[in-house]
Amino acid sequence: MSAEIAITLTVNGERVARRVEARRHLVDFLRLDLGLMGSHTGCEHGFCGACTVRVNGAIVRGCLVLAASLDGAQVETIEGVSDSGEIRDLQDAFIARNAAQCGYCTPGMLLTAADLLKHNPAPTRAQIREHLSGNYCRCTGYHAIVDAVAAVAAKRNGRATP
Amino acid sequence: MKAPPLSYVRAATLSEAFQLWRDAGPDARLLAGGQSLLATLAFRLSDPGTLVDIVRLHELRGISQVGGTTIRVGALATHAELGRHDLIRRHLPLIAEAVPLIAHAAVRNRGTIGGSLAFADPAAELPACCVALDAMIVARNAADERRIPAAQFFTGLYATALRPYELIAAVEFPIAKPGERTAVLELARRSGDYAMAGVAAKTRLAGATLIEPQLVFFGVGDRPVVAERAMATISGQQALPATIAAAQAALAADLDPPADRHGSGRTKRHFARVLLARALARLAGLDEARAA
Amino acid sequence: MNEIADPGSIDRPNSYIGKSVPRPNVKKLVEGRGQYVDDIVLPRMVHVALVRSSLAHARITGIDGADALDVPGVLAVFTGGDLAAHCAPWVGVLAHLKGMKSAPQRPLPIDRATWVGEALAAVVAETRAIAEDGAARVRVSYETLPAAVDMGTALEAGTAIIHPELGDNLCFERVNETGNVEQAFAAAHKVVEATFHTARHTGVTLEPRSILADYNRASGKLTVYHSTQAPHMMQGVFAKHLGLPEGDVRVICADVGGSYGIKVHVYPDEVAVAAIAKIMGRPVKFIADRLESFSSDIHARDHRIKGRMAVDANGRITAIDIDDLTGIGPYSVYPRTSAVEGNQVVSLVGGPYDFANYHAKTAVVFQNKTPTSQYRAVGHPIATAITEGLVDLAAEAVGLDPVEFRRRNLMADGTYPRTSAAGLKFEGLSHIASLDKLLAMMDYAALRSEQERLRGEGIHRGIGLAAFIELTNPSPFMYGIGGARISAQDGCTVRIDPDGSVVAATGVTEQGQGTEAIMRQIVAEGVGVPIEQVRVVTGDTLTTPYGGGTWACRGTGIGGEAALQSAIAVKGAVLAIAGAMLQAQPETLDLTNGEIVERGTGRARMPLAELARIVYFRGDTLPADLPRELIQTRHFITKQYPFAFTNGIQASYLELDVETGLVKLLKHWCVEDCGRVINPLLVDEQVRGGIVQGIGAALYEECPYSSDGQVLVGSMADYLVPMAAEMPDIEVGHVETPTRESLLGAKGAGEAGTAGAPAAIMNAINDALRPLRAKVLAQPFTPERILAALGKV
Repeated sequence: MSAEIAITLTVNGERVARRVEARRHLVDFLRLDLGLMGSHTGCEHGFCGACTVRVNGAIVRGCLVLAASLDGAQVETIEGVSDSGEIRDLQDAFIARNAAQCGYCTPGMLLTAADLLKHNPAPTRAQIREHLSGNYCRCTGYHAIVDAVAAVAAKRNGRATP
Repeated sequence: MKAPPLSYVRAATLSEAFQLWRDAGPDARLLAGGQSLLATLAFRLSDPGTLVDIVRLHELRGISQVGGTTIRVGALATHAELGRHDLIRRHLPLIAEAVPLIAHAAVRNRGTIGGSLAFADPAAELPACCVALDAMIVARNAADERRIPAAQFFTGLYATALRPYELIAAVEFPIAKPGERTAVLELARRSGDYAMAGVAAKTRLAGATLIEPQLVFFGVGDRPVVAERAMATISGQQALPATIAAAQAALAADLDPPADRHGSGRTKRHFARVLLARALARLAGLDEARAA
Repeated sequence: MNEIADPGSIDRPNSYIGKSVPRPNVKKLVEGRGQYVDDIVLPRMVHVALVRSSLAHARITGIDGADALDVPGVLAVFTGGDLAAHCAPWVGVLAHLKGMKSAPQRPLPIDRATWVGEALAAVVAETRAIAEDGAARVRVSYETLPAAVDMGTALEAGTAIIHPELGDNLCFERVNETGNVEQAFAAAHKVVEATFHTARHTGVTLEPRSILADYNRASGKLTVYHSTQAPHMMQGVFAKHLGLPEGDVRVICADVGGSYGIKVHVYPDEVAVAAIAKIMGRPVKFIADRLESFSSDIHARDHRIKGRMAVDANGRITAIDIDDLTGIGPYSVYPRTSAVEGNQVVSLVGGPYDFANYHAKTAVVFQNKTPTSQYRAVGHPIATAITEGLVDLAAEAVGLDPVEFRRRNLMADGTYPRTSAAGLKFEGLSHIASLDKLLAMMDYAALRSEQERLRGEGIHRGIGLAAFIELTNPSPFMYGIGGARISAQDGCTVRIDPDGSVVAATGVTEQGQGTEAIMRQIVAEGVGVPIEQVRVVTGDTLTTPYGGGTWACRGTGIGGEAALQSAIAVKGAVLAIAGAMLQAQPETLDLTNGEIVERGTGRARMPLAELARIVYFRGDTLPADLPRELIQTRHFITKQYPFAFTNGIQASYLELDVETGLVKLLKHWCVEDCGRVINPLLVDEQVRGGIVQGIGAALYEECPYSSDGQVLVGSMADYLVPMAAEMPDIEVGHVETPTRESLLGAKGAGEAGTAGAPAAIMNAINDALRPLRAKVLAQPFTPERILAALGKV
């Protein structure tokens, strides 16, 4: 049995204290310990991006971070940014543009897209594709996702949709 | 797959880290960014027993200029920090250029330079860049600190000159000299993948003449490979087609790439020849001339 | 006939069919509040990890689970022998595929492992991590047997026969022949020939295969939460093989994280999980991890195809002859079988073209590799690559531009119905209109001159075309006539609740493609209510009409027609009641936007909610003999044609780095004709997603094996899937030729992209290579293969 570690951290603005198995990664912690099922495990070895969440404001692969190492951290998930309304415009654009089909990649894709727009408010299509290139989507072919992100960037910048 | 059963200890100070490491034994692994380690644990390829988390050690952080000639990068500097840090962008453009080639944004936010060098993946960008830039790896154990030239640090496939209970504390880079030009190029089938082949290159230019050129290939051997013969061929020469062709021919003796999923050794050597020509074009400003 | 039949007028009142309406069920997905199988947690739930074979072919001499049982939290270890008494074996054959054979397969094999990755034992534990700890301590003793690995030698003497009782490694063989091929080749002006390879690859659904089976001993009921495309089929499978009455099995399929055909099959490990749930009497969950997915999800498209084409002096195709060989794994997959892909290839080759002489042979052989079966666009991308590859070779041989060659040979519009050389019946296609539209969208002439100009600068660009047909709306001729309990019919129940809102329950399922949105549009328009008032129920065998689910592009064409007919029936029932209440003839009334109105004037007479209130709560005020059935069910099945074929054409524009062999995709176009388009937004994204899956096959995806049958991909680091940075923008256009078999007129659209993309990419690469006298015919077109073709490595 893996050793258990006591951690206290903030998840979506709520303070949580738990004892976690040392080997448990952040996505399993969110899903199994906190019941936050919005972050998905797609590969568990850092290649698919479905588990993308934010730790201390930066996006990370949830499967490549141990929960035990997050004592004192601020974690935000798709549920948190949905409730806060922070990425409402991105979510609306994904719906309007049918940029989510099965939805399994979508939480990670949205958090990655939000990260791009934070660092680069006016990305080109190529830059959008590059920034999302660590997030696998089997359904859409990516075009609609790029459209949706470009539309939000344009709207945030007060321009018409390109 | 889930990681095998583990113990986890977190160090608050460097000395505590060495103590915890000793207590856990030689199989224990240091956990920094974890971007390679946790992936390998998910394959259950190793069973380290204990992870010693060093990610909070202030002693291993920070990017600073030391005197007029050196940039010191703490081992825990993440790829993302390297990519946006003003000192790196100004004085180590090769590193700044390499960062976007490393995996993807979410990985660059956690992955550290120390972790990358210690993992010593032969296809990784930063080890080759460190060799090309004549970086010094600052290694620490509980008692001492020593400096290992990057060219001697990588000793084989995923193997380094680090001794038991020794870690990377920092990397020291000589600041780029006036007239120095660098380039990192790689061939990857998809953005963010480990390269099929890559090269980190550096030279000074006297007019059009290449002075002390460095060509360090990655993804074509068991470690970063310094193309000594190719470098000798172009040193003191201009990057003219005949010189480039001679350097490409010289690569045959510099490289003996093992086959991998991207192709045979012969294919990888071909990639290296192409990269060599493109890197020299970059270094000599030929591509800029063509663009203009 | 209903006014819905007119596809030209999408601006009718209360109309949704033909409009880009967003999907009602996506909001929860973008907020991370969907419910995939792994999100479901039940009391006393336990987890399974599987011990998988490390050898391609071996006798199992022992499985020792004692050490595993010592791991705290491990509850049980099951072997094939343990499950044998609880689960009957199956054989994956279809009677109409003459001569097909396969061997009985069990959820876990009893004495023999037949591929690397085959599940041999199941460890049950309190958590998945502990189950894996246990699995790592199960010791399997093997006696290695010779493996049949290379399909090229599968039928040769000296190759191990995987199932000796079958006599050889031949699963199925078929020859499809029309006219006189030999004569046509003898008389040909030009003959071109080539050998093509398509690579064994797999689906990589982002949500792995997932199942949670819960058996209640007291009620005797098995409830299975399953990430599947075919809940009713799985209900029957679990019932039959676990010895339960079908009515005691309920399959619930909530959100599915991608399927693409991967999740329409019966997987032995999933049946094992259901059997274990029945034995243990508690909920048992199995979520495949990515590593085991690569060796246990079905593979597909492992084909070597020799092809030749005869052309006359006018550049007209006179004959096609192909010889297809495919390796499928040690068992034919149940119940769809592993022979359908090869069978499709010999039916679909040459599909878009007008020619008389055809000979196509497929041989489907067993191998000690992961079983293959139906994956998105089954057989189509293979057939299209062969056909379009030969077409480009033929165009070159007779000195015609690829567009002109296609124009001369594509089946002419307006010549339908007709039957193809391969024996396919086409109700109505639009190849020439689609070609013209494509050329206009891409500005073909301008691209050709750009290509020419850039060649002068040493930049090598290529333009590749690929015309295709796609089989959709299947009838029982696909599976049912072969004895498989797979429904080609589908049903929909539409009811009006007391508040005037509408609930539609359909047998087709939602995999993310937009089924619920499509049904909502159809039902809202068919009944005559605002779309917001329609809720759609899918994916529950207890509450939806029996149906086939999602496969072969049938959801909209079959399920949609059932929904439309059922909605129209409900509307009729409403108007009959309204007539009685308003003392009007029902024919003088209409239902629009939730209001009973006077037909013609549109004058509002009564809200639907008021009618529903009276029906449900004040039925005493209605005439005693008035029927008041505000719920109607209709079913639909195609009867005139075995399949509703669609058609289309794709084009790729790319740039080839001739020094590195790397391909940069610049743009991709597709024009497709899926009949009536219900929702352009959804159809376009189906096409785009399908194209990128096809691009994956063309450029990246491959499950290579070592000579001893070890699969050489284990993770997403080795198995490359298409990612955003390398994919092109994709422009989609439509031609609409509705099927007359249904009022709705819709055909399928989900596989067209995948059908044509690999051929378009191949032809574009070869177009770029043509001046360099090189070509590539083996997918995936890796840098090394391209460099080898160029003689550089």
